[in-house]
Amino acid sequence: MARMKFICDAERCIECNGCVTACKNEHEVPWGVNRRRVVTLNDGLPGEKSISVACMHCSDAPCMAVCPVNCFYRTDEGVVLHDKDVCIGCGYCSYACPFGAPQFPGQGAFGVRGKMDKCTFCAGGPEANGSEAEFEKYGRNRLAEGKLPACAEMCSTKALLAGDGDVVADILRNRVVQRGKGAEVWGWGTAYGSRQAGQPVATPAAVPAKEGSTS
Amino acid sequence: MIARLCMGFVALVVALGLTGCGERPQSLGGPSAAKRDAAPHTGGSASAFTQSGWKVGDANSWAQQLKARAQYGQNDHQRVVKP
Repeated sequence: MARMKFICDAERCIECNGCVTACKNEHEVPWGVNRRRVVTLNDGLPGEKSISVACMHCSDAPCMAVCPVNCFYRTDEGVVLHDKDVCIGCGYCSYACPFGAPQFPGQGAFGVRGKMDKCTFCAGGPEANGSEAEFEKYGRNRLAEGKLPACAEMCSTKALLAGDGDVVADILRNRVVQRGKGAEVWGWGTAYGSRQAGQPVATPAAVPAKEGSTS
Repeated sequence: MIARLCMGFVALVVALGLTGCGERPQSLGGPSAAKRDAAPHTGGSASAFTQSGWKVGDANSWAQQLKARAQYGQNDHQRVVKP
């Protein structure tokens, strides 16, 4: 079974925002909501790096852990989705997410948050696949059409990779071997807990003792 | 009679007290309240947009389609002929 993952290759991203535009167009995302965005570090300085960020569909998703109404679910393909009919718009997921993925439409009186909206890995939501109701609430369901997310398929430099984790990891590994540098996959360790990406395994032995403790 | 009433009263108080002490499970990661979602390999209703090359309803065929698509669409170090 495929396990869907995103990887953004910081060595290739040129901050064109094509992924952002593709996402907004594909899903007709409302004004003020950005399911995907490009973040640039050291902008304007030599050696600046850009990465495209959206929901990373974490293996142990903090948004799922903090949701008071349990509106989230994980599909068999590892995609983290949510039910907008259950969401109460409290915003806890927004505070918990290390990637800033959950978005809230600002429409409505007095700044009402509305239902949370986020990247679906182009997998729609808990409505009939490809239905009008699914499109209205969650956007296109490209996975059910045998396609990959629009952001990755539209990426002109192929910096943003999406698909089965084994496949995209192989593609990136091959690139790194070819160019001899740039193995950093930012966000990968945070989302999936990979030691190869520099993320330490959270074991009790690995947790440093608190100051003043006697042990 | 009074003893029976007292016993009944005590039993009622104990029962109410135990009910108050009980609590609903608060562990994280409880069952999702979301509606059941159909698997993507079951296809969508918008068949005009469905990519050819895989069999709707066949999970293995769908997974192979996505793997092949990822290779010819994203792996420019290893050009693969589009099926």
